[in-house]
Amino acid sequence: MEFLQPSTWEEALAAKAAFPDAVPIQGGTDVMVEMNFDRRRPDVLLDLGRVRELADWASDAGSLRVGAGVTYARVIAELGAMLPGLALAARTVGSPQIRNRGTVGGNLGAASPAGDSHPPLLAAGAVYEVASAARGARRIPAHEFYLGPKRNALEPDELIAAIYLAPAAGGQQFAKVGTRNAMVIAACSFAVAVDRSARTIGTGIGSAGPTPLQAPDAERYLAGVITDEGLWESGRLPDEAVLERFGALVADAARPIDDVRATASYRRHALTVMGRRTATWALRDGR
Amino acid sequence: MTVEQAAELTLTPVRSGVGVSVPRPDGTLKVSGRYAYSSDLWAADMLWGATLRSPHPSARIRSIDVGSARAMQGVHAVLTHNDVPGRRTYGVERPDQPVLAWDVVRYQGEPVALVAADHPETARRAVAAIVVDYEPLEPLCDGDAAIARGARKLRENDNEVHRVRIRHGDVESAAGLADVVVSGEYEIGMQDQAFLGPESGLAVPAGDGGLDLYVATQWLHVDRDQVAASLALPHDLIRMTNAGVGGAFGGREDLSVQIHAGLLALATQRAVKMVYSREESFFGHVHRHPAKLRYEHGATREGDLLYVRASIVLDGGAYASTSAQVCVAAASFACGPYVVPSAAVDCVAVYTNNPPCGAMRGFGAVQVCFAYESQMDRLAAALDLDPVALRRRNAMAEGSVTPTGQVVRQPAPVNELLERLRARPLPLAPPTGGRDPRELPGGVSNTTHGEGIRRGVGYAVGWKNIGFSGGLDDYSTARVRVSAAAGEPLVEVHTAACEVGQGGITVQAQIARTVIGIEHVVVLAADTGVGNAGSSSASRQTWLTGGAVEAACRAVGEELLGRAADRHGLDPRDLRLRDGGVASADGSVVATLAELLDEPAEATREYRPRRTTPLDENGQGDVTMAFAFSAHRAVVDVDVELGLVRLVEVATATDVGKALNPQSVEGQIEGATAQGVGLAVMEEIQTVGSRIRNPSFTDYLIPTILDAPAMPSEILELPQPDAPFGINGVGESGIVSSGPAVMAALRMATGRALERMPVRPHELAGATAAGGASA
Repeated sequence: MEFLQPSTWEEALAAKAAFPDAVPIQGGTDVMVEMNFDRRRPDVLLDLGRVRELADWASDAGSLRVGAGVTYARVIAELGAMLPGLALAARTVGSPQIRNRGTVGGNLGAASPAGDSHPPLLAAGAVYEVASAARGARRIPAHEFYLGPKRNALEPDELIAAIYLAPAAGGQQFAKVGTRNAMVIAACSFAVAVDRSARTIGTGIGSAGPTPLQAPDAERYLAGVITDEGLWESGRLPDEAVLERFGALVADAARPIDDVRATASYRRHALTVMGRRTATWALRDGR
Repeated sequence: MTVEQAAELTLTPVRSGVGVSVPRPDGTLKVSGRYAYSSDLWAADMLWGATLRSPHPSARIRSIDVGSARAMQGVHAVLTHNDVPGRRTYGVERPDQPVLAWDVVRYQGEPVALVAADHPETARRAVAAIVVDYEPLEPLCDGDAAIARGARKLRENDNEVHRVRIRHGDVESAAGLADVVVSGEYEIGMQDQAFLGPESGLAVPAGDGGLDLYVATQWLHVDRDQVAASLALPHDLIRMTNAGVGGAFGGREDLSVQIHAGLLALATQRAVKMVYSREESFFGHVHRHPAKLRYEHGATREGDLLYVRASIVLDGGAYASTSAQVCVAAASFACGPYVVPSAAVDCVAVYTNNPPCGAMRGFGAVQVCFAYESQMDRLAAALDLDPVALRRRNAMAEGSVTPTGQVVRQPAPVNELLERLRARPLPLAPPTGGRDPRELPGGVSNTTHGEGIRRGVGYAVGWKNIGFSGGLDDYSTARVRVSAAAGEPLVEVHTAACEVGQGGITVQAQIARTVIGIEHVVVLAADTGVGNAGSSSASRQTWLTGGAVEAACRAVGEELLGRAADRHGLDPRDLRLRDGGVASADGSVVATLAELLDEPAEATREYRPRRTTPLDENGQGDVTMAFAFSAHRAVVDVDVELGLVRLVEVATATDVGKALNPQSVEGQIEGATAQGVGLAVMEEIQTVGSRIRNPSFTDYLIPTILDAPAMPSEILELPQPDAPFGINGVGESGIVSSGPAVMAALRMATGRALERMPVRPHELAGATAAGGASA
């Protein structure tokens, strides 16, 4: 096995261009598990842990740029106030040790439908910056990034550079269901983001379909009712029936299966409940 | 116990004797990551062993081609069934399991071939290069189906491993008298021991043609019997030493790497190390029997039990393992610690193509407790009686007769245990808002801010055997040697009792100090250089090996008194050990130990408890050496919309006889309780078509610290007659009723019947107002 350890972004992209089959590794919380279980034996490992450019986040012109190598622990500690949805999801990832090593970029690279970062990023309308040595950087909206189970829109010579998203302009929430109260992979999860400036509702569904999903009907429905009833201005919560309907529309957008973690029908049921509850909290939070 | 043994040998009080929470030598090492587990074993120039396992739960083997594996660089041996020189099968109770499969495989993961190579990765690659031509067969996946008429026979006769039939009293007449009858059908999933240290060991070929085997195990001598038979070596050429055990819980009673590593070491004449990966470990040891239990209870209007009918099917999986004894235990304890005048119990353990099941902490008593305690709650509801009151009304006591006709001749404080729990104040009800998410169902996953939460409280009481049952010759052996080391007396204790994390080493030393009155005690590594200690299971090791250590220490002490008496012309009965010497009864020193230890004093003693008897054709007999009783009260908060649970508190009351090491006793109770509540709410090996779906700690979930409840313990010390220091076994009782108590609490919170354990979120979810939230 080749082990490449670039120390700059430029070198990293050159390495990926030279070895398109190289498997990028950051904290190793996913890749190393797969290797330990003998599910994956890459010929080339590309360690991005020394690439300084990936490890930082910055605020620029009302948008945040979060490097792909920023760990969950730093998301919680440093970005919690600006990105509460992502921070809530980060808190549910693994154990403290995993949160110290694991990165949001790694979650995107793995593109597991159960990855905890995806729902809040989808809900917040994040855009991912990817790059290659040959063609430079390009941006992919989160909702175009996930192509299938553990498949994303990266070209073989590309690496994930950063995530762009705006600081929360309203309440953001994340909830996940599993049969354990910590250190559990999502049986299903849901994120909602209220954007009071754009007057929109964003959603993200995890572990209830082949990819992370959105619930556009639910988003339009809830935003529509809030607008129609003047609730953006009044700050009142929609009726319970509206929130209930929102939850049902969230569940309708899911495409769950029965598997070792839950049944499809329970996943739908849980999404209904989580949709209603998180929307209630998110609308209440941001008033 | 003889009168002599009741007399104190020593006048010297010791600091670290029995009754003191002496810290364990392995504690700090384990929590700081420095303890040497069996997976850390190392020998210069050793090879690494690996196992090829069947991908099919049921298949014929047409051929095995090891040619390309053998040709790989770095591979030193590839072995199949043809290379087993002795008995081709092994088994802790009956040898029905192939060392390496030859004509058929009967479960997914069954070993088929072995490789030794100079690197573990090479060994794995060589395993992958072995070509086995299988003809897959339809697996028999279900215990009920295995004994249904017309079922495919997995063995020559039928698919029954063992059957127990208990007929006690007159159930037919009792049924006619019952005012109230409740029945239920209950199911338990397959729990795994989930020990953290995977199976591992090191086999070293010795110059005499024999083998030194270092393996993490529970019972060295029975391991050796099986290894010797399959390797065709005399017993004395196989020397076994227990290596650092990372948890056992019954999962190390059956062999794992023992014969395999031995075969490879003898074939290569090199030391061979084998370590299972986590995934392989799930296929490399037996699990707790899944069970289906059909029950009928009849009682008078006032709540007096008249009869119990029970029909129990235990799925033993592909091989016998300890299924027969589990079957005996399940049947014997099927009715609970209650006075049941008439009982008809039919319990059968069956063969299927599921993963083999055998010993796990609780050993048959766990499965039936869920059923009989669910029935007691159901009966209480039918009679409109308080569930605790109904239990207390029917509670067994000293002198009660069990359904196997055995008189309970020991403290049986069922009533008192329940009373203690009932008297404990309940934890505060949840406040309405602003709580730390870790205090809520769903925990850090942020699923509720208080919505949908209902509280439930449930009680359960359980019983289980201590020691081997049904007429097995149960005993242990200890050798104790006292010598002078640099002028100071040193006591060495040598047994084959496996330390599996229970604190056996610590307590053996405590007993030796107390009996001989010498503080400096060393417990030697457990190996086969000393007689059989029996298994570290059945909650028996502290009692039996403790008894043997006590007896050997007493013998050595008496030897020293005898030496002093001889040399000074005194009557040994007037002498006592004291402060490094021998003193007369008035305390004046007669001789120093250094003076008496010109030659070391040594004694080996066996300890045998009261013999039990097998069950007769009606399931009657004094099958149980001693009983352990414990009770739990569980308080749970359930998010009834999402079906998520927070265990608020699971309080225990246990009779331990005498706590030799109170901290270890609490540790055993808390650990067993945690394992029991894990079974109630999350722990299950899921199979589809006899294949395991979750062989990893990613998907086989065990409680984290956030899932573990507060576990306060009420510890009763009612001396056990005939036991050293009046102790009772405490390794298992905590697991028996903890899960059932949680299930009872979940029923109260949700108003649902919940007849299956572990309960799953979708079964808890969607509860209605029925059931209530009062606590």
